[in-house]
Amino acid sequence: MSNVTSNPDVPEGVSLPIYMDNHATSPMDPRVLEAMLPYFSVKFGNAASRNHSFGWEAEQGVEQAREQIARLIGATAKEIIFTSGATESNNLAIKGIAEMYRERGNHIITQVTEHKAVLDTCKRLEKYGYRVTYLPVKADGLIDLDDLRRAIDDKTILVTIMSANNEIGVIQPVAEIGNICHEKGVIFHTDAVQAVGKIPVDVQAMNIDVLSLTAHKIYGPKGVGALYVRRRNPRVQIAAQIDGGGHERGMRSGTLNVPGIVGLGKACAIAQEEMATEAVRLRAMRDHLRARLEAELDYVEVNGSWEHRLPGNLNMSFIYVEGESLLMGINDVAVSSGSACTSATLEPSYVLKALGLGDDVAHSSIRFGLGRFNTMAECDYVADKVIGIVKKLRELSPLYEMVKEGIDLSKIEWAAH
Amino acid sequence: MAYSDKVVDHYNNPRNVGTLDKSSGEVGTGLVGAPECGDVMRLQIRVNPETQVIEEAKFKTFGCGSAIASSSLATEWVKGKTVAEALEIKNTDIVKELALPPVKIHCSVLAEDAIRAAIGDWKKKNGVAEAEAVATH
Ligand SMILES: Cc1ncc(COP(=O)(O)O)c(C=O)c1O
Ligand code: FES
Repeated sequence: MSNVTSNPDVPEGVSLPIYMDNHATSPMDPRVLEAMLPYFSVKFGNAASRNHSFGWEAEQGVEQAREQIARLIGATAKEIIFTSGATESNNLAIKGIAEMYRERGNHIITQVTEHKAVLDTCKRLEKYGYRVTYLPVKADGLIDLDDLRRAIDDKTILVTIMSANNEIGVIQPVAEIGNICHEKGVIFHTDAVQAVGKIPVDVQAMNIDVLSLTAHKIYGPKGVGALYVRRRNPRVQIAAQIDGGGHERGMRSGTLNVPGIVGLGKACAIAQEEMATEAVRLRAMRDHLRARLEAELDYVEVNGSWEHRLPGNLNMSFIYVEGESLLMGINDVAVSSGSACTSATLEPSYVLKALGLGDDVAHSSIRFGLGRFNTMAECDYVADKVIGIVKKLRELSPLYEMVKEGIDLSKIEWAAH
Repeated sequence: MAYSDKVVDHYNNPRNVGTLDKSSGEVGTGLVGAPECGDVMRLQIRVNPETQVIEEAKFKTFGCGSAIASSSLATEWVKGKTVAEALEIKNTDIVKELALPPVKIHCSVLAEDAIRAAIGDWKKKNGVAEAEAVATH
């Protein structure tokens, strides 16, 4: 990214505004865009057209992408189904398996910090007579594997547990979950949206049967994703949720989004090449950001396991400062908060609450999502900004003043409202 | 969320931030909200015992930018008013002045509550009849 700037207040290596919200979406990698462009113009064919070169050309682009995606996750090309994104992939996986295996059982196991695309899909299935177990998480955000073992019964058809969480970046013990499911003969689906391309994911080694991914979290375009569906040991079957021309081996009809698919493939190929070195770089920047914030501020807490965490994630609470007011003070930096004040529902983050954090800690949380195009200079800029604003807002905070005076806030009778 | 210029101004330059001696007989303290709700406001007034005019007002707020702006504005507005006049301030006046969107109306309600609670505390200390002055939610 070009950092040429004439503003003397902006240090070298920093271009404002700074985007540090890469769990929400990521900027496109220019190499991905370049790969896509011909498929918007000269290579516009329908990949399902079998009778002319326009169709063949489009199909070639699609099949190459299938290979690139499969390679990144240790699958084979035939096991990749294209979708409009991970929301659809999750819906297709869970509803499609529930429908296909209804005769075998009606029990599904998931956990409480899943993305809404999984939780709300499970909730809908409950209305149709399925039984869903929502496993709790420990204070570090990880599920307890013994809870999982105990939850599986003879009616269990599916376990769906995410690989890495989108708020706290916590990585679940996917391989162990895969083993347990394999032993018990239960299908294992994982929403790997935040993990693919960031940490190694191997569907063979981890016994993953079905996996959701999306392009826009790995520097690809929005509106395109994929579902991996295992074909051997065991062969998993999924009932289509969108009927039509029978594309994608009947599992997902609809003319393929060829440019998007080519972009997703390219994004996967780049990730495969660069993931290892990129992870080291992201982790160094993320650790530096944390160290600076902790060195200069008191009452800060990292939310969720530090050890089992995506390299680019830092989720921190700045206690006694409300998150939205903090965001307002760093308006040239794009991050997000788990505070109720930032949400349409005025409810704090359910993920943070699931960790057992008090609402007050959730209200004070900020998620920094570092990505490919962030620089160390940007981390320092963000650290300076956050430190300055937190100090200023604590001067304004009655809670900070009370705590500094030695008052126990939990002993105060707050007026409920 | 886009903030109005006035909210931004109060956020950047909050008026009357601080603390008054809550043990003083002339000072009324209102502490409203709760940390779990993401908003706590403390508004304090110092009342002239002869004239009942609010001569000084201070606040501290834990909450969003709109909550900070609402309480900052509240301190500006109560200063120079008599206790009776200050009780006339309505949250809807604050909403209008700061152009708060609907999701932020409760932040202004909290500021009105804080004014009432501070005046209620002062009345209690000074043996003035409670009447309508008690903070209600
Ligand atoms: C964990 C997780 N699952 C699913 C999704 C939904 O993906 P998409 O935006 O491609 O529908 C997201 C991102 O929003 C996510 O972070
Ligand atoms: S304090 Fe939460 S929205 Fe204003």
